[in-house]
Amino acid sequence: MLVIRRDLVDAMVAHARRDHPDEACGVIAGPEGADQPERFIEMTNAERSPTFYRFDSGEQLRVWRDMDSRDEVPVVIYHSHTATEAYPSRTDISYASEPDAHYVLISTRDPERHELRSYRIVDGVVTEEPVEVVESYMFANTGADDVPNCR
Amino acid sequence: MAITVSIPTILRTHTGGNKSVEASGQTLGQVIDDLEGRHSGIKAKLVKEGSLHRFVNIYVNDEDVRFAGGLDAEVKDGDNITILPAVAGGAR
Repeated sequence: MLVIRRDLVDAMVAHARRDHPDEACGVIAGPEGADQPERFIEMTNAERSPTFYRFDSGEQLRVWRDMDSRDEVPVVIYHSHTATEAYPSRTDISYASEPDAHYVLISTRDPERHELRSYRIVDGVVTEEPVEVVESYMFANTGADDVPNCR
Repeated sequence: MAITVSIPTILRTHTGGNKSVEASGQTLGQVIDDLEGRHSGIKAKLVKEGSLHRFVNIYVNDEDVRFAGGLDAEVKDGDNITILPAVAGGAR
């Protein structure tokens, strides 16, 4: 399951809408081992294409180094599909190389309503997961009701 | 002095979990061959049919080697090589 703050969801959707009809992409970094997205980072789609995205390699190096120095990892890797559903394509699956990341897809094909879904992609196998949008991680329910939250 | 190579999470199974390893060589291709000798299986993840695999970005110091000679890119002692998974995809 992906538990994510509403302002981060809003930021991804706003980025996807702004770049439509081109695909938008980015990452949300979080502390290593916490599985909690915190720091929103829009990335340049070096392809500027409605059907393909690629992080600019120079920008990616700077962002990845910065995450490394903060002991962060890419918790969420997101991109948009602008004419198709929010489901990983064969290309998405072939490139997916962060087994611990949540791959979030946002479809902007409907101008009124976006579609946002999250997946794990490990060794070419796609598993959709539920997305729980919370106002704050402090009050997010992280387990059964009779077990105190440990975050 | 040797060349330091930063290894991404996905390839650390080949390096016993190490985030960075040392290697030697005068070109990127030689460094990768040297890495393969110590960390078997890593070369196939980096090189396909004699050129750099499209799924990875490799940087010598701060420069993407795709724009600096690919596997023939020259390296020297003290250089830092960074390997990152390329992040890409799309509807088609």
